[in-house]
Amino acid sequence: MTETINSGDTAWMIVSTALVMLMTPGLAFFYGGLVRRKNVLSIMMQCFMLIGVISVQWVLFGYSLAFGPDHGGVIGGLSWAGLNGVGLEANPDYAATIPHQLFMVFQMMFAVITPALIIGAFAERMKFSAFLVFSILWTTIVYDPMAHWIWGVGGFLREYGALDFAGGTVVHINAGMAALAAALVIGKRRGYPEVSPPHNLPFAILGAALLWFGWFGFNAGSALSANGLSVSAFVATHMAAAAAAVAWAVLEWITRKRPTALGLISGVVAGLVAVTPAAGFVTPLGAMAIGALAGLVCYVAVVVVKRKLGYDDSLDAFGVHGVGGMVGALLTGLWATTVVNPAAADGLFHGNSKQLLLQFVALIGCAAYSFVLSFGLLKLVDKFIGLRVESEKENIGLDLTQHSESAYTVVG
Amino acid sequence: MKYVVAIIQPDRLDDVIAALGEEEINLMTVTDVMGRGRQKGVAEVYRSHVERNGLLHKIKIEIAVSDNHVWQTVDAITHGARTGSIGDGKIFVLDLEECVRIRTGETGVSALA
Repeated sequence: MTETINSGDTAWMIVSTALVMLMTPGLAFFYGGLVRRKNVLSIMMQCFMLIGVISVQWVLFGYSLAFGPDHGGVIGGLSWAGLNGVGLEANPDYAATIPHQLFMVFQMMFAVITPALIIGAFAERMKFSAFLVFSILWTTIVYDPMAHWIWGVGGFLREYGALDFAGGTVVHINAGMAALAAALVIGKRRGYPEVSPPHNLPFAILGAALLWFGWFGFNAGSALSANGLSVSAFVATHMAAAAAAVAWAVLEWITRKRPTALGLISGVVAGLVAVTPAAGFVTPLGAMAIGALAGLVCYVAVVVVKRKLGYDDSLDAFGVHGVGGMVGALLTGLWATTVVNPAAADGLFHGNSKQLLLQFVALIGCAAYSFVLSFGLLKLVDKFIGLRVESEKENIGLDLTQHSESAYTVVG
Repeated sequence: MKYVVAIIQPDRLDDVIAALGEEEINLMTVTDVMGRGRQKGVAEVYRSHVERNGLLHKIKIEIAVSDNHVWQTVDAITHGARTGSIGDGKIFVLDLEECVRIRTGETGVSALA
């Protein structure tokens, strides 16, 4: 082991990796609680299956495509396939004080949860086989390249100057746009917009708790070290979640007479999504402003706009992750400050008007890439396998028809 | 007086309640049930345990009505619940001997509504 390995940084990053891993099961509970009883296992199955499948993909070639030696600024190639050359010494290009494999496995958890977010858009009606094929292909041709552009050495957006601390674009805007594409391609659930309410809100709340907890690893872990910067990201993450929760609750209280549990946890997630690009660049007060604004904007996106436009993004993957991610990316261009992170840049509110434009351009480019490729990939998978289950199977429920299981065996 | 018991597909409930509402029939009891008729259940697998006599989730609606409202009720339920596929369900009409309003102690037809 070389002397550059720092045991404090390594310990924190090992924990961060575990925290981010927990977010995918957390998402399983969050989404699972929101669907009907007859489909809860299908949601959890999709999430857990992705943990298995994408981890394998990552080690076999995903990590290499995303972070491997650059080809043309767009992809990492296959020289690190099978983790060839990814050892226990540090790779200073990415993280100078932790083993390279730790950086790899930390990033793996991001690659796992991103396709899982899209589940929210096609919940309760997608064939398991089509879901698997789509998710693996999507991760390979949409996630891995985008991760390379923004985070990979030689990636053409890495030096562009847009600020994205923990993956607001690569994870949230990316998954959010794919979710929108999926909602449009796969079509609405039977009977939409008259659909059943969440079957188990306590599960959804549990899921939100696990996501909040895990997000500390997602954001503070993206500092790749245990120091002032990770603390700053930790505080920003928490304050954004708290402010967003309050904002959504207040807005709901005013416009609909009562604050709801579902509204509260939706606000929390919106705030966490929005602070993801900003976490290591803003002050605690800046984070609170970002969280509160994200709570308000996502509330409108989910409660007003979706209803008006009529698309069935069942669990608001686009409304919260897509919209929240975009709000966060733009607000980072306002509140970023080199006082918090000298290696970054200032935003509009700290005297630099150029940053906002950089945020906007990167956002638009990545959102367009994600939407177009996701749409095309879904159409392709639909043509060869068929995306949607037959109407009768959708009626009986995916748990029984796709997995031969019933979540709550109450009788007998 | 009659007691109407209907077993329907769960996703038809909203339509049935709406159809009953149009006939001014708004009092009912609704329960989650498991059952099977000609529509066969789906096999369930739990590691080494395989269940083949699958029961499917259905909804039971119970309504107490006066004799001259029976067929309106049955027709409204049928209208709301029918899809034409096997599994639509069944309606049973039973004789109802007595009905009591707990709050006031009233009995008979006036206690129904």
